[in-house]
Amino acid sequence: MSAMIDIQSVSKQFVLHNQGAAVIPVMEGADLRVAPGECVALVGASGAGKSTLMRMIYGNYLVNAGSIVVGDVDVAQAEPREILALRREVLGYVSQFLRVVPRVPTIDVVAEPLRNVGIDADAARGRARDLLGRLNIPERLWALSPTTFSGGEQQRVNIARGFAHEFPAMLLDEPTASLDAKNREVVLGLIEDAKARGAAIIGIFHDEAARARVCDREVDVTGFTPGLAA
Amino acid sequence: MTPLLKVNELSKFYGNRIGCENVSFDLYPGEVMGIVGESGSGKSTLLNCLAGHLEPDTGEVLFQTRADGMRDTVTMSEPERRMLGRTDWAFVHQHARDGLRMGVSAGGNVGERLMAVGARNYGDIRSKAIDWLDRVEIAEDRVDDRPSAFSGGMQQRLQIARNLVTGPRLVFMDEPTGGLDVSVQARLLDLLRGLVREMGLSAIIVTHDLAVVRLLADRLMVMKSGQVVESGLTDQVLDDPQHGYTQLLVSSVLQV
Amino acid sequence: MITKSENAPGTASEMPDYNFAYLDEQTKRMIRRAILKGLAVPGYQVPFASREMPMPYGWGTGGVQVSASVLTPEDVLKVIDQGADDTTNAVSIRKFFERTAGVETTEQTDQAGVIQTRHRIPEEQLREDQILVYQVPIPEPLRFLEPRETETRKMHALEEYGLMHVKLYEDISHNGAISTSYAYPVKVEGRYVMDPSPIPKFDNPKLEMAAIQLFGAGREQRIYALPPYTQVVSLDFEDYPFEATKADHACDLCACETSYLDEVIVDDAGGRMYVCSDTDFCRSRRAAGHVGTLGTPFEGDAA
Repeated sequence: MSAMIDIQSVSKQFVLHNQGAAVIPVMEGADLRVAPGECVALVGASGAGKSTLMRMIYGNYLVNAGSIVVGDVDVAQAEPREILALRREVLGYVSQFLRVVPRVPTIDVVAEPLRNVGIDADAARGRARDLLGRLNIPERLWALSPTTFSGGEQQRVNIARGFAHEFPAMLLDEPTASLDAKNREVVLGLIEDAKARGAAIIGIFHDEAARARVCDREVDVTGFTPGLAA
Repeated sequence: MTPLLKVNELSKFYGNRIGCENVSFDLYPGEVMGIVGESGSGKSTLLNCLAGHLEPDTGEVLFQTRADGMRDTVTMSEPERRMLGRTDWAFVHQHARDGLRMGVSAGGNVGERLMAVGARNYGDIRSKAIDWLDRVEIAEDRVDDRPSAFSGGMQQRLQIARNLVTGPRLVFMDEPTGGLDVSVQARLLDLLRGLVREMGLSAIIVTHDLAVVRLLADRLMVMKSGQVVESGLTDQVLDDPQHGYTQLLVSSVLQV
Repeated sequence: MITKSENAPGTASEMPDYNFAYLDEQTKRMIRRAILKGLAVPGYQVPFASREMPMPYGWGTGGVQVSASVLTPEDVLKVIDQGADDTTNAVSIRKFFERTAGVETTEQTDQAGVIQTRHRIPEEQLREDQILVYQVPIPEPLRFLEPRETETRKMHALEEYGLMHVKLYEDISHNGAISTSYAYPVKVEGRYVMDPSPIPKFDNPKLEMAAIQLFGAGREQRIYALPPYTQVVSLDFEDYPFEATKADHACDLCACETSYLDEVIVDDAGGRMYVCSDTDFCRSRRAAGHVGTLGTPFEGDAA
């Protein structure tokens, strides 16, 4: 089956112009293919480049060389609007932190990705309620903005939002961090459901048990660190 | 998909000084473009050239009109440009006073654009005005009050209502939250975000506030000394800035 | 009754220093050109080089200049102020033309070839051989909403009249109805919005008439015009249509129910009477035998 996510020979460096134009190479020759229905874990020591690679796939970081093809769009070369369309319909990203917009109620935060693909307000909210319920966010909180929620609650809202629209490709950065056992179980269930419907998933999991449960294989990004050619 | 706006090699000089130079970009329907830069970067000059308030020295500003396809608004006749400014385009000024008639009631301010394109039923005009005031969170009982009786944030929201009532496709905004209290800013930004998405608007927003672009803009252009030094997706430009100036700008923002 | 001027050419007290009707011929040509332009583009305000006149601004200099430019020695002139021939201003201006033009003057509307008026249109229907000259204070209908001359000129040029309806909207929202009662804006031949001068809105329907109408604003230096039978429509909303209203009363002198009335306070106890504003019209009705509730039978004017 052809890959949903196809990363070839990707390299990246940072140039810090205001610090004497210091050049910091962070990745070289990254290769990775993820098929639909597969979940691949990125592993490696802290700072090895796991989040960096994920951000490059999402288009949040620029790529210096190579290609990152998601579906039929090469993120490394694409126009901004193509990446925006990709993020709306094809590629989902659950980051470690919920970036909160003040005044928007939780239910609308979660419904937003569905509104963005044209689902009407009622249907979108319906799905949002399902997810929030599954993730054990009490109903009395649904009309409030997540600004005042605990870290764990915010993370669960973040996850609900990330899984609202059925993305064919997903990037999950520490989805089970700051969750108790019960909710961790829910999230792993969501990931398994996504895999079952054919989503290609790349995830970062510090929790080895979680990793072992949902991921089909591991890729060590240390292998892509510049200067450490195998 | 064809772009809504195509800007080619736009330049404006003030004698020997560069206002803005060789600016080119495309804007698609539904996209919000932020333009950031510090004072003197040329961002306001650029916005005013795009919106037809200033005549550029070189370049084209091509707009996808409803009836005539892609037209260069720089060389358009003034009546056509003014008509565009009342229907398909909107301009939200930094100071509400520049964008409102202070001596006319809120309802009259919102209704003016409707009357300018031929609305002749008082009842209809008034109810549309009240509807729009509600959408920008101004209470119905303020419809007959003059903007001079409104707070700064309310004046700004009234300005937005006045501009959006004819369903424009492109909105220009010049520091829309400048001078407003933080909580008022938050409310306004949220409102703008909602309206942009609901109405499928394209927008070009000039600001020096990076938090505003993070919230509202899909794409970002960074200007310095009249040049566009960097452009791309907002989150990419702010999280992975390539140009030295952008890096400086991003690192200078105080974390709250 | 027609009065022959004591300064008519050929009489002993003729004043040879004045050109006919005070203005020199070149000035008259300039004003006539402006008038022709105004007639060619009905409702459009034509700038003209307003002259210093022997009365101050605000006292009818525009109307006087227009009248001076269209008068011929054979013309008969009538001058009214708020409908009356005998108020100070009407008398002054009439005397001015008697001295400087030597033309015959009259108070009877149907005898006059040129009628100069301040703030009213005569009740009697005018004919194709007559000219009505209006005195205009502020010619620009948009002035009070848009103070910039540069902007209002553009608005007229580009037919951007949304603001005019904003004014009417404001009236309705504050007063429950369009409260503009005089100088009510009109649209001429479907193109220009015009201020018909401070005539009561009751007179607006009369603006569609057989006579030539000329409007002169001396201080503001504008002339505009309406050729005979020009379409003139008062602005309104579909759901608040224009109404030519007047006091709900009849004239106390001549019993007319359809003419525009002046309200006259007669004592310090709030007593009032209503009289036709158009004095000549009232007189002619009384001469024909009509008597109002406070009127007396007509006895003819004292010589």
